[in-house]
Amino acid sequence: MSETPWPLWEVFVRAKRGLSHSHVGSLHAPDAESALHNARDVYTRRQEGVSLWVVPTAAITASSPDEKDPFFGPAADKVYRHPTFYEVPEGAGHL
Amino acid sequence: MNETELQDHFDGVIATDGRIEPRDWMPDGYRKTLIRQIAQHAHSEIIGMQPEGNWLTRAPSLKRKAILMAKVQDEAGHGLYLYSAAETLGVARDELLDLLHTGKQKYSTIFNYPTLTWADVGAIGWLVDGAAITNQVPLCRCSYGPYARAMVRICKEESFHQRQGFEILHTLSHGTAAQHAMAQDAIDRWWWPSLMMFGPPDAESAHSAQSTAWGIKRHPNDELRQRFVDMCVPQAEVLGLTLPDPDLRWNEARSHYDFGPIDWAEFKTVVRGDGPCNRQRLAHRVAAHEEGTWVREAALAYAAKERARSNGKEAAA
Repeated sequence: MSETPWPLWEVFVRAKRGLSHSHVGSLHAPDAESALHNARDVYTRRQEGVSLWVVPTAAITASSPDEKDPFFGPAADKVYRHPTFYEVPEGAGHL
Repeated sequence: MNETELQDHFDGVIATDGRIEPRDWMPDGYRKTLIRQIAQHAHSEIIGMQPEGNWLTRAPSLKRKAILMAKVQDEAGHGLYLYSAAETLGVARDELLDLLHTGKQKYSTIFNYPTLTWADVGAIGWLVDGAAITNQVPLCRCSYGPYARAMVRICKEESFHQRQGFEILHTLSHGTAAQHAMAQDAIDRWWWPSLMMFGPPDAESAHSAQSTAWGIKRHPNDELRQRFVDMCVPQAEVLGLTLPDPDLRWNEARSHYDFGPIDWAEFKTVVRGDGPCNRQRLAHRVAAHEEGTWVREAALAYAAKERARSNGKEAAA
């Protein structure tokens, strides 16, 4: 257990052109290049992707996990941001 | 939020069949149960490479060898998805490996049986992977997000494993008399240990009730075992092989197959560490890890050197 563990990387895969990269999991690797190679072997053995990102887990800053976090509060009280907020008179098309 | 509010929020998510994610508050017991179960599952995947790896160099054709290689590589991949899921619960990879190597965490008893003939590779694919799929499909709906997502990937890949096993057995069963006998012998040895993979009857299963309440476990052990038996009987007929159970028969009233008693004393012996291959499997795993130490250290040293070199270049520029 005295061995220094390889750092952890988060892996993101673009499934096909036109889609954004999505998080698929993590892996350990000594450096970015090996992380990419390992990610290819672990997460895209069946052509699941056309592009890969690896990001050191330690480099990710995340919001608090609490769903009721006031951080997301401002979005809840601005119903007028949704099209359903507006009344459309009958006969007005293409709105 | 105080502890009660956190617990209420957690209970609410579980009650509405929502998903718990890594940084959410969760009860200690939930976290511990998941770490134990996911780690045990990951250990099973990587130990499971050994019985099949035994036949890699002796596969009967290049095609079979390439297929088996891909399958064993998948098992390694499954182990990695699962270790990655376990690590989201705040446990380190080397801690988990250490628990496996010191025997403090277990892996599935099934991998402590030997693969004596090529037909065993077929039997593992059909029965062992078949039982694993039956167990794992409900885990795709497990309440812990990362575990459920890992299981979705694994289940997609397992169906190739089961089919390749079935095909090996079908080919042997319809080959020469000696090949047919080899296939039958493999089924005779792997059938009962495969039924044990679902764990003890629910009444005796230590963690079943709590795991069910937490949405980790979705079906009782006996129900999944029955589902597996019901699937296998017609498949065995197609294979032209006999399942080694004289009590196996269709029960019209239950609309299920009845089957004979399972030898739980044997199961306990294997769990305890006294199965046919327990010591060999663990010793091989520990040796592979120790012999790989210099590779892991060299890779880290190389990474540090490359970093220093590129920092030097930047400083010079």
